[in-house]
Amino acid sequence: MLERHTADVVVVGAGPAGVAAACAAAEAGRRVLLLDEGMRPGGQIWRHAVRSGLPRPARRWLDRLDHSGATFMGGTSVVDGAQGWLLAERQGQPQEIRGAALVLATGARERFLPFRGWTLPGVVGVGGAQALVKGGLDVRGARVVVAGTGPLPLAVAAALRTAGADVSTVAEQAPLRAVARFAAGLWQTPARALQAVRYRATLVGTRFRTGTWVAAAEGQGRVTGVRLTDGRRTWREPCDWLCAAWGLVPATELAAVLGCAARDGAVVVDAQLRTSVPGIWCAGESVGVAGVEAALVEGEMAGQWAVDRPPPARLAAARGRHRELARRMEAAFALRPELRSMADDDVLACRCEDVPLGAARTAGSFREARLHTRLGMGACQGRVCGAALGFLLGWEAPAVRPPILPARAGTLLAMTDQPRRDS
Amino acid sequence: MSTRAPRVRIELDGVAHTVPADDTVAAALLNAGVSGFRRAVSGTPRAPLCGMGICFECRVRIDGVPHRRACMEVVRDGMEVRTGA
Repeated sequence: MLERHTADVVVVGAGPAGVAAACAAAEAGRRVLLLDEGMRPGGQIWRHAVRSGLPRPARRWLDRLDHSGATFMGGTSVVDGAQGWLLAERQGQPQEIRGAALVLATGARERFLPFRGWTLPGVVGVGGAQALVKGGLDVRGARVVVAGTGPLPLAVAAALRTAGADVSTVAEQAPLRAVARFAAGLWQTPARALQAVRYRATLVGTRFRTGTWVAAAEGQGRVTGVRLTDGRRTWREPCDWLCAAWGLVPATELAAVLGCAARDGAVVVDAQLRTSVPGIWCAGESVGVAGVEAALVEGEMAGQWAVDRPPPARLAAARGRHRELARRMEAAFALRPELRSMADDDVLACRCEDVPLGAARTAGSFREARLHTRLGMGACQGRVCGAALGFLLGWEAPAVRPPILPARAGTLLAMTDQPRRDS
Repeated sequence: MSTRAPRVRIELDGVAHTVPADDTVAAALLNAGVSGFRRAVSGTPRAPLCGMGICFECRVRIDGVPHRRACMEVVRDGMEVRTGA
């Protein structure tokens, strides 16, 4: 049975940007529906089992959401859409959602890069490890190595230490001089500098190695160690978990299906957070990875513009500051070319269809690889290999087709009687 | 996890477990020592990678429904989980 919902403003994604957008629109008196795949609002960064365990700003925003009048609809996966119309699945049932204004706050995901052994159980993402621990994974006494780039590996290493893990090494791929230059600039943003000091205090006894990345994960049936390298020498560290991912990439599938223009992998918006499609706004990581503060500011701005209320100028100014910091961070933690040689041609590039990197390389483009090797045709629909091959081979992201997530037959049927896109 | 938190009984590959009611299915399986959630095309075991519903490496059969993402589902009393598909 197709269930139908209508609101003035529909917000997709209940991370910080979506929560802020929903609050802003609902507090202006509009009917707001906030959708998320998770069962609770908060997204990945504020993922929680009990709200009391969250940092105070997160609790404050979620309490504000409770009182805003917005309706949160969790466990909802959007699979298709057009202007003013979304098709989703919830508990196996198709949901049709209509709203004059759509705010996309679909966030970001990790950039996974292939290396020998990356398909072994026990090799997880950096944010992935944190998500699993927030979901109840017990890491007490477990030996962990974290490999990645930017602030996330440090934050996750600190969280894993707090959860009882023995984190031996954080391997940062960026060179020391880039990290040092970026850290020296943090005095301009005292909150971030303070956070860095806190991580440092938690991470006593954990080695922080710059200019270091993964040569291979080792183990039979599950990871038991990792070979790290600094390009000159390679050494082995034993581990029960290897957390490895290099930065974040915007999640733009829904925006793409809705026809919103994208550039450099991020949704294009103007100063009012409008996408190229009338009636659709976008905020937070999906317009470019910039962190939680930027997401909150942009979410609030998008929520207000979506109900035609110009937000105060201080928000636009804050947005500019956060975006500037993000630009500096991106420059400091630019991926080194050596990461392209972590995987030999026999290492799998596509984990869904088990397509080796060499076969992908031969195909020459995403489209050709899909036709000839089934690369990117599996359940994740190129979400993992798309970002990897973008970096490794310079390929353009794979074209997005609905349903953007695997859906049941009943939902696919509902896709056929939709209002759009024949133009 | 506090031992005083509410717990539920679930079955993992036919074996009964009592786990915290807030756990995801992925956490419950990993805590039970399961490292292969699904079998890849080439037959090797796979387990969660992204932890947030993107990679689909953690899919299992839950209460008879195949291809459920273990990282996105919270355990429920009486739930039956099957790995290895």
